[in-house]
Amino acid sequence: MYLIPCPHCGPRAQVEFTYERTVDSVVQPDAATGVAMRALFTRANPMGLDEEIWRHSFGCRAWMVLTRHRVTHAIEAVRAVGPEALP
Amino acid sequence: MTGPSRIAPGGETLGFTFDGVAYRARAGDSLAAALLANGVGLVGRSFKYHRPRGVLSAGVEEPNALVTVGEGGRTEPNTRATDLFVYEGLVARSQNRWPSLGVDFGAAIGLFSKALPPGFYYKTFFGPAKRWLRYEWFIRRAAGLGPAPTLPDPDRFSQRAAFTDVLVVGGGPAGLTAALEAAEAGRRVILVEQDAMLGASLVRDADLPAQAWLGETVDRLHALGARILTRTTASGYWDHNFLSLTQRLAEPGAIPTHCVAQRLWHVRALQVVLAAGAIERPIAFTNNDRPGVMLSQAVRTYVRRFGVLPGCRVVIATNNDDAYRTAQALAEAGAEIVAVLDARPRPADVAERFPVFWNARPASVEGSRHHLRRVSAIVDGAERSWNADLLAVSGGFVPAAHLHMQAGGKLDWNEGAQAFTPGATPQACVTIGAAASPPASTVSAPVGHPKKSFVDFQNDVTLADIDLAWAEGYRSVEHLKRYTTLGMATDQGKTSNMLALARLAEKGRVAIPDAGLTTFRPPFTPATMGLLGGPAARHAGAHVRRIALHDSHAALNPIWQPLGYWFRPRAYPRGTETLAQASLREARSVRTGVGMADVSTLAKFEVTGPDAAAFLELVCATSVSKLAAGRGRYTFMLREDGMVFDDGTVWRVAEHRYLLTSSTGGADRMAAHISYVRNCLRPDLRVSAVNVQEHYAGIALAGPRARETLAALAGTTLPRHMSIEPGEIGGIPVWLLAASYSGERAFEIYAEATRIAPVWTALAAAVEAADGCPYGLEAMELLRIEKGHIVVGGEVDGRLTPHDLGLEKMLNKAGGFVGASGLGRPALSDRGRRELVGLEALAGTIPEGAMLVTAEGCPPEGHVTASARHILHGGSIALAHLADGRYRHAEELIATSPTRGLATRVRVVSPHFYDPAGDRYRD
Amino acid sequence: MNRYSALGLLRGALNGQSHWKPAWRDAEARGHYDVVLIGGGGHGLATAYYLAKVHGIRNVAVLEKSWIGGGNTGRNTTLVRSNYRLAPLHNFFEFGLKMWEHLSDELNYNVMFSPRGAILLGHSDGDMVKLAERGDAMRCDGIDAELLTPGQIAKIEPLLNLSRAARFPIEGALIQRRGGTARHDAVAWGYARAADQLGIDIIQKCEVTGFVRNGGKVTGVETTRGRIGAGRVGICVAGHSGHVAGLAGLKLPIESQTLQALVTEGVKPMVQSVVMSQSLHCYISQSDKGGIVMGGDPDNWPSYARRGQPTIIEGAIAQAIALMPALSRLRMLRTWSGVTDMSFDGSPIIGPTPVDNLYLNGGWCYGGFKATPASGWTFAHTLATGASHALNAPFGLDRFERGATIDENGVGPKPNHR
Repeated sequence: MYLIPCPHCGPRAQVEFTYERTVDSVVQPDAATGVAMRALFTRANPMGLDEEIWRHSFGCRAWMVLTRHRVTHAIEAVRAVGPEALP
Repeated sequence: MTGPSRIAPGGETLGFTFDGVAYRARAGDSLAAALLANGVGLVGRSFKYHRPRGVLSAGVEEPNALVTVGEGGRTEPNTRATDLFVYEGLVARSQNRWPSLGVDFGAAIGLFSKALPPGFYYKTFFGPAKRWLRYEWFIRRAAGLGPAPTLPDPDRFSQRAAFTDVLVVGGGPAGLTAALEAAEAGRRVILVEQDAMLGASLVRDADLPAQAWLGETVDRLHALGARILTRTTASGYWDHNFLSLTQRLAEPGAIPTHCVAQRLWHVRALQVVLAAGAIERPIAFTNNDRPGVMLSQAVRTYVRRFGVLPGCRVVIATNNDDAYRTAQALAEAGAEIVAVLDARPRPADVAERFPVFWNARPASVEGSRHHLRRVSAIVDGAERSWNADLLAVSGGFVPAAHLHMQAGGKLDWNEGAQAFTPGATPQACVTIGAAASPPASTVSAPVGHPKKSFVDFQNDVTLADIDLAWAEGYRSVEHLKRYTTLGMATDQGKTSNMLALARLAEKGRVAIPDAGLTTFRPPFTPATMGLLGGPAARHAGAHVRRIALHDSHAALNPIWQPLGYWFRPRAYPRGTETLAQASLREARSVRTGVGMADVSTLAKFEVTGPDAAAFLELVCATSVSKLAAGRGRYTFMLREDGMVFDDGTVWRVAEHRYLLTSSTGGADRMAAHISYVRNCLRPDLRVSAVNVQEHYAGIALAGPRARETLAALAGTTLPRHMSIEPGEIGGIPVWLLAASYSGERAFEIYAEATRIAPVWTALAAAVEAADGCPYGLEAMELLRIEKGHIVVGGEVDGRLTPHDLGLEKMLNKAGGFVGASGLGRPALSDRGRRELVGLEALAGTIPEGAMLVTAEGCPPEGHVTASARHILHGGSIALAHLADGRYRHAEELIATSPTRGLATRVRVVSPHFYDPAGDRYRD
Repeated sequence: MNRYSALGLLRGALNGQSHWKPAWRDAEARGHYDVVLIGGGGHGLATAYYLAKVHGIRNVAVLEKSWIGGGNTGRNTTLVRSNYRLAPLHNFFEFGLKMWEHLSDELNYNVMFSPRGAILLGHSDGDMVKLAERGDAMRCDGIDAELLTPGQIAKIEPLLNLSRAARFPIEGALIQRRGGTARHDAVAWGYARAADQLGIDIIQKCEVTGFVRNGGKVTGVETTRGRIGAGRVGICVAGHSGHVAGLAGLKLPIESQTLQALVTEGVKPMVQSVVMSQSLHCYISQSDKGGIVMGGDPDNWPSYARRGQPTIIEGAIAQAIALMPALSRLRMLRTWSGVTDMSFDGSPIIGPTPVDNLYLNGGWCYGGFKATPASGWTFAHTLATGASHALNAPFGLDRFERGATIDENGVGPKPNHR
C-alpha cells in the first residue's frame, strides 16, 4: 500500500487513488491512426522508472504524474497535471 | 511417574475438554501447558503418516499440537495448542485421526511409507482424467487437517487504521527498550506482542530485577501514551512502511465479550523496529518427532511460566549454551538431568554442573504413542543410551526475519550463529535483539536414520525425502519445497527451513548461504479469513447506492433490480401479476396513454465555459457545436480505439452551458473519461465539466398523453421534441427535456435530487388521473427494443464501431473527437464484422443471448442481444449482432440456445420495429 | 531414464527409492541451437517438448534465468477451463483442454488434472442471460457447458450462500464439467522431464541479457552464461515479456501487473469444484492437500515486484466469504504474487514479431496456466513452420494496430479494467 504524495492533499494512502495509464500512452484525438494506435497499444513497460498518470479518485480527484519504480515501488517524483498545473 | 506434570499442584480454576475428556487448567495456561500439566502427551497426528505427536514448542512455530477448538460457527480447525489460552468451557478436539487420537487407522499409511516417497503421486495414478478424479476422491479425504467448517460465522471482525512514528514488533526486552526510548523522545509508539503477556524471554528466564524492570517499563510506556497491543501479531509488512496487525479480542473458539472476535489494524509507520526474537531449531535424528521431544526454550517456558514439568528424567541435546539454562530450570523444578548431549568438542576448561557429554549427538528415541522412554546418542563415535521421559533439543536459533523479508530486506549469513540475520532493507525498519544477533551455535551433521529423521514435522518430510528430491534433480530450494511439501504446512516452515537448507548444503557440498534461500510472504502466522474480509464480507464489498426516490418506489412495492451499485424498480406488479405481465401492462400504458419512470441514475454532466462546445466535440463523436441554445440531440462516445462505449443526449442549456447524459452502468467510467479528456488532453480549454449524476434526479413521462398530462402540471409552454425549457412543478424548479427513449412523445423532468419527491408525487397523481401508471426497467426494455434503441451493455458491448451499430451517418464529419484515429484501422472495415440487426420470430419466442446460425450445427454468426415482443400486437422480436448484418435483411436464420434447449426460426429485419420515422413524437 | 509407474514405486519400496534418476539433466549451453526458448516456465517447456515431439526439432534450448516453473507456472490458482465467450478464445482453450485430459499419460508424469467442474455463478437475470450466451456460444462450437439452477448448484456446493437476501444472490450458474484444476508445478516438471528425454537442453540460472542481431535478424542471445546462437528465438516469459522484448527494441501491447493469490490452512473437503462468479471478482477451489485456493483481480497498476497490496486480497476474501460464509473461520496460510502480462485486449499473443526470427508467446493476463499445452503446441508449430496455426492465427501481435482485437470483456485498451 503505497503512500502517494498528492500534490494538492499531501501524502495519502494508495486506496484513495486510481492508476489510469502511462504518460507515453497519451495521444491527441487528431493524431494519425498509426501514431495514435502505437501510442495507445504499446508500452515501454520498463523494469524501472516510468511516468504514470494517477488520479486521486477518492480524494481531491485531481490528476497527477508519478515517476515510480516498477520493482522497488519507490515514488521518485510527482507533478500535478490539468488546468491547475498550467503556468 | 513418567511424563509431564504440574510442578506444584493446585490453582486450577478453569475447566476445559480435550476429545471429550474434562480437565482443569490455571488461568493463563496455554492449552499446550494445560494438557502437559494433565499428563497428556499425545495431542495430534501428522498430515501424511498420522504419526503420534505431542507438543514441540511453546509458541506460534508449533507444527504438531494442532487442535480444532470451538463449536458451531466459531469452530476453528488447525489451532495451535501453544497459541491458545485456556478459557472456561474451552472445547478442543484432536484432528486428522479416525476413530480416535489413540487408535488411528490412518497410521496404517505409515506401513506403506516406503512405497510413498515424496512426489509419489506424480509417478502413478495414470490413465484418463476421469480416473484420476476417482483416486483424488480418496486422496482429498485422507488429506486436509481439521474438519471443514460448514456454518456461517456468528461473530464480527472490526478494522482500524492507525498512524504512528514508531511501530515496535515484539514485546521482549529489546522491543520494550526500543519502545521506551522512542516514547521518551516524544514519538508516537505502537508496540505489538503476539503473546498475551509482555516480556518474552524475561518470562522464561525471570529473575527479580528483570521482573521489576518489566513492570516499570510497561508503566512508563503507558504513562507516555504508548499504545501496547498484546495478543496482536504483525502479520504483513507491505510497501511504504504499511503493516497489517491482527489482534485477538477473544481466544479461538471463545464467545467474544463485545461480539468482536478480532480486529485488523492497518498501520502506517514512519519507523518500524523489528524485535521478534529467534525461533529454536529442532535436531534431526531417528523418531525426533515423538511426543516427549521438545524444544529446549519451550521446556524452560513450561517450567518457569506455566509451572509445568514436561518430564522428570531429562536428556538435553544442544549445540549452544542456551540449553544449559533449560537444564538449570529443570533441575530447580526437581527434574533429574540424566545427560546433556553437547555437539561441540569439549572445551579446554569447563565446570560441569550436569552430566555433560561432549561431541555427542542424539541418534534416536523410543517410547509409546504418549510418552518417551529412552534416548540414544552417539558420543565420541560410540552409542550410549539413557532412560528418559523428556528430550529437550536445541539445534541453534533462527532469527524471526519474516517481516524484514516481507519488507524487501536482504539476509546476511551469520557463521557464528549458523543463521541468516537481517541485512539491508529498502524500508525504514531496523531489526534488534535476538532477531539481529542470535546466540552462537555450531553446525553438526545429523546421525540418525534419514528415513525417520523428520525435518518438517507436520508434513512428514524427512532427511531421506530431501535426499530423494536432490537425487531426482529438485535441487533449487523452491523445487525442494514444492516437491516434498517441506515448509508448506500451517507452521510455514518456521522450525524446518534451516534444517532443510543445511541438508541441501550438505548434499551440494556448499556452504549454507550458497544452498539457497526461501522467501517469506505474508502472513507471519495464519490469519483468519473473516478478519481479513472484515465487515465488507456481509455485502461482498459492494455498497448499495440509494436513489433519491427510493421511498416513493418502495411504497409501490416494486420488484427491484440491481444496476451497478443502484437498485431500481424493475416493475410494479399489481395483485398477482408476474414480472412479465406487469411490465407488459406498463409498456402498453406508455404506448396507449401515459407512463412515468425514474431515470435518476443516468449519468449527467454539466459542461460550462466558453470552450464547452469544443470540449464536448472531443468527448462526443457527433457534432455538438451546431446545436442551438435550448436544443438537444442524441450522441455517442467512442473509446480511443474507435469502439462505441456509451451513448446519451447532449443539451445546450445556454450559450456556454451544456448538459450531457449517458448510461447508468457506464456512469463512473464516463466520469473518469471526461475528467481524463479535460485534465490530460485539453487542460488549456476554458471549460468546467462537473459530474451532476446525483445532484439531479429525473423522471421520464412518456406516452401519447404525456404532453397533456405535463402541461396541466407545469403550466408553461412545453418544449418541443429535442428541446429543453426551465419550468416548475409543485413549486419545485425543474428542467423539462423533450426526448423519446420509448418511441412515444416523452419528457424528462429533472430537479435537484433533494427536492424531487414532491415532483414525483405531483406527476404520479396526474398520471393516475390520466389512467397511466409508473413503469420500471423491464417495460423500458420492451419499449426501447421495439423502437430499436441500443443500450450500453447490450448492443453496445465495447466491440462494435459506429458503423457496426448503424450510427456512422451521425459521426462528426469534422473529426477530431476521441476515437477518430482509432476508426482508421484497416480491419474495422473488413467484411464479416458483427452489425446491428433486428429479428422477427417466424414462430415462438426468440431466446435472449441465443446464437444465430444458418442451420443447426453451423458455427454462430451472431447472437441475440435483447429480446422482446411487439407491445400492442404481440410477436417475438429481438435485436442482434450478425456478421455483415446490414446486408442480410430478409434472410432466415435460427436463434439457438443449446444450454436452454431452445431454438427459434427468425427473419433478419431492420432494428426499428416501431414508428421508424419518429412520427409519434416529432413536432 | 526411469519410467514412472506404481510398479516403480513398489520397486523403490524394496531399494529405498534409490533407483530414481534426475527428472531432467542440468544441461550446459552449447554454442548454437535451431531454436532457443527464453523462459523455462510451463509455456517454454511445453513449446520445447512439442518442437521435438511433433516437429522433430530436438536441437532446442530452454533458457531459464532462475529455476524452471518458478514464475507464473508456480504462482497461479491452477484453474483449467475453456469457458470463454468469443470463438477464437474458446476454440484455442478447448484445444488445450482436450490435451489436458491426456497430459499425464502423454508426459508419463501425473499432472493431476482434475476435471471437477468449473462453475460460473450468475447473480441476476442479466448475469444469467450473459451466462447462457456464453454457454450457447461454447455449445455451438462443440464445447461442454450447462446452465444450473440454484438447486443444482446446492447439490454440488452446499456451502454456497443461496439466500435470496444475499447482496449478490445466486440465481444460477454456467458449469463446464470438464473444467477443473491441475497441479501447477507438475506441469513444468512433467514437460521438462519429457522434453529432456527428447534431447532438449534445459539451462537454469541463465538469464538473457540481450539479442544478437545480424542486419534485421536475430541470430542468437547474450546470456549470463555467454552468447548462444539460435536459428529462431521464442520469448515465453509472461510478466517479463515487456522487459525481454525491450532488449530487442520492441514495445509490446502488454503491461505487467501484480496478481495475488492465497491459500488457507488445509481442511477436509469443503469445496468440490471451481467456483467463479460473473459479478464478483474472486475464484475459489480446494487443493488436494485441503487448502482453499483463491484469488481476485490483479493489483491494477504496473509492477514487476512480486509484492501485492493487502486491501486487494482483503477485498477478494470479503467477496469469497459473501459467497461461502463458512470460509470465515479458516485461516489464510500464505499469500503470493505473480507478475502478469496484461495484454491490451485481454487475449494472448502468439506469433512472429516485427524482428525476423524472433517470436513472442505472451499477453496471458491472469489466464496463462490453463493454456500451457495449447500454447506450447501452437507456438511450437509457429516456430517450426514460421507460420501461425489456425488456432493461434487470430492472436497475432499486429491485431491491435489492425483493429482485430479479441476483446472478451469489451473494455478496450485498458489492461486495468475487467
